[in-house]
Amino acid sequence: MEAAKEDTQEQYAALKAEGIKSSRDAMLKAIKQNQPAFIEAPSVPAFVPYFDDALQKYMDVLKAIGGRVYLVNNYEEIIQQIEADFAGAKKVVSFEKTFAAIAEMPDATNDPHGFADVDVCITTSPLAVAENGAVWISNKEMPVRVLPFIAQSLVAVIHKNSIVPTMHDAYDIIANEEYAFAIFIAGPSKTADIEQSLVLGAHGPKIMTVFIINE
Amino acid sequence: MQQQTKDHATLAAQFNKNEPRVDWHDETLWWVRTKRDIAAHTLPEWEALRDLASGIKNNVLSNMSAYLAAFEKKAVQNGVNVHWAADAKEHNEIIHTILKRHGINQMVKSKSMLTEECHLNHYLQEHGVEVIDTDLGERIVQLRQEPPSHIVLPAIHLKKEDVSNTFHEHLHTEKGNNDPNFLTAAARQHLREKFLTRRAALTGVNFAIAETGEFVVCTNEGNADMGAHLADVHIASMGFEKIIPLRKHLGVFLRLLTRSATGQPITTYSSHFRRPRKGQEMHIVIVDNGRSTQLGRADFRNSLKCIRCAACFNTCPVYRRSGGHSYHTAIAGPIGSILAPNLDMKQYADLPFASTLCGSCSNVCPVKINIHEQLYKWRQVLGKDGYTGKAKELSMKGMTFTLSHPAVYKTAGKMGRWFIKNVPFVVNNGLNPWYKERDMPEPPKASFGEWYKKNRK
Ligand code: SF4
Repeated sequence: MEAAKEDTQEQYAALKAEGIKSSRDAMLKAIKQNQPAFIEAPSVPAFVPYFDDALQKYMDVLKAIGGRVYLVNNYEEIIQQIEADFAGAKKVVSFEKTFAAIAEMPDATNDPHGFADVDVCITTSPLAVAENGAVWISNKEMPVRVLPFIAQSLVAVIHKNSIVPTMHDAYDIIANEEYAFAIFIAGPSKTADIEQSLVLGAHGPKIMTVFIINE
Repeated sequence: MQQQTKDHATLAAQFNKNEPRVDWHDETLWWVRTKRDIAAHTLPEWEALRDLASGIKNNVLSNMSAYLAAFEKKAVQNGVNVHWAADAKEHNEIIHTILKRHGINQMVKSKSMLTEECHLNHYLQEHGVEVIDTDLGERIVQLRQEPPSHIVLPAIHLKKEDVSNTFHEHLHTEKGNNDPNFLTAAARQHLREKFLTRRAALTGVNFAIAETGEFVVCTNEGNADMGAHLADVHIASMGFEKIIPLRKHLGVFLRLLTRSATGQPITTYSSHFRRPRKGQEMHIVIVDNGRSTQLGRADFRNSLKCIRCAACFNTCPVYRRSGGHSYHTAIAGPIGSILAPNLDMKQYADLPFASTLCGSCSNVCPVKINIHEQLYKWRQVLGKDGYTGKAKELSMKGMTFTLSHPAVYKTAGKMGRWFIKNVPFVVNNGLNPWYKERDMPEPPKASFGEWYKKNRK
């Protein structure tokens, strides 16, 4: 006996007989019939972070997951370091005016395929997470969605005080954000699909650098 | 995929012909499990998070229809097209219809176990649509015309020499170059061309948020995003159980998911798709395909809490030594052995027996699914529904498999001892022929192996 298959089919057949034609209505009805009695969702308590120094934790974790991290005092230092680290880069882009001297500001309405030759993409980020090394980037900072992926290297600039301990803290901040697209990015693109050997640079950036402005 | 006629024990025996390979498979997955342990033990609140995740999922199961309706409403407001598919066939047809409307016959796809479950690639191929899997592991197995053997590590059954040969044959890489860096770079180049030329991209969905109508996709490679952000049409396929109530619940699930899967604190990318980009079309296909039936089965509905981390695979002594393909279903391992019989009891009657019932799966599961208890319950259901004869035969085979593979039974033994002591009803039941004729009131003080030897005399 193939009970499950029959059950589903029977249930759907019965619903269709009742005059429910669309799969949508049939699915919602079948689900409603079969779901258990209502159970309240637990509330998420405030967990005390298991580390004291969020800045140190952030830097340690990011390094451990293959990222590069610099603690700097100002934008001049960042620009100098980018120039040193990416000396051979031909195409550097940023939507941040501060980097106008070293990066071109692209037209966000361009076809995204046109960004295939970008060497370095520099972006700001309003939020970073100490426990996992991630930065949060939404379409507000980065209007071209594909850029942080298609660029060979990604640079993110954060402020020390925008590092929160855990993901709970992060979602408390972004709970009501209105974005069209947003991402947490933690380190460079990576894969271990060949014999579990870690390789940096699967499809996205091979290098991910975070500058933390210490103020 | 062709109809499977062989059962787990037979397929496992095939996998076991290559002993060094099996040892490597076993040890590598155990290493992944160990990384999971380290990540889990770093968080003092780990158990509290598991309770929370399980509790939130209990709420989701109990309020599923309302959450789905709310999600749809929000997603439509966000400019996303929402489709509903009662079964695999409808899911495949919906996707084909979207592609046809755009005159698209080539698509890139990131990891989606649901599309494996629905055999989407095969269906589209038959209708003249080429699908390129873009996750590296999935691309490797696709080129070899094999299904993935693991939901997180699709090519874990292969060695780098195999990958090198496959790439040499299909991508014309240097023969005999087995360097993972070299091979990954070759795949990067090969797939970049696909990303840049395909007008449609399909992704899976890790979490869909009822509150906002957005969905989250997690990858390490960035392949879901490369596909979606370059394509004119983005289609996301989701089983309806992927829904969670609030955005802030992501805090709980994203903390658990990757730590459980690979021991990383989070995947490299956690992408929140809310609205299509300007000029892009975005579709979400919400699929049932037997899930509503599972939701109605009080004993098995908890399996719908699964977040597909594969921790239960990596810890399973049977999975590690029998390989993913021996499960002959899209989702292998302990959880797959619960999900598959729901879809087709006859075809998958063997899977609930591909387990020692040691309970390690339930102990690592981040959403606290009682996996081993459900496997046991499936055995009962299968017995009641006229599979008793088959059950005995399968169970015997399962035990034979376990006992003829020392590593499995040593691991099973250690945990089994705990199990027999704490949950005696599970092993001493009418369905398990090994225990039927043997009275086993006391847990053996000696190891399972010694106990077995003594009792055989
Ligand atoms: S059943 Fe639990 S452990 Fe297994 S894949 Fe699902 S969430 Fe992970």
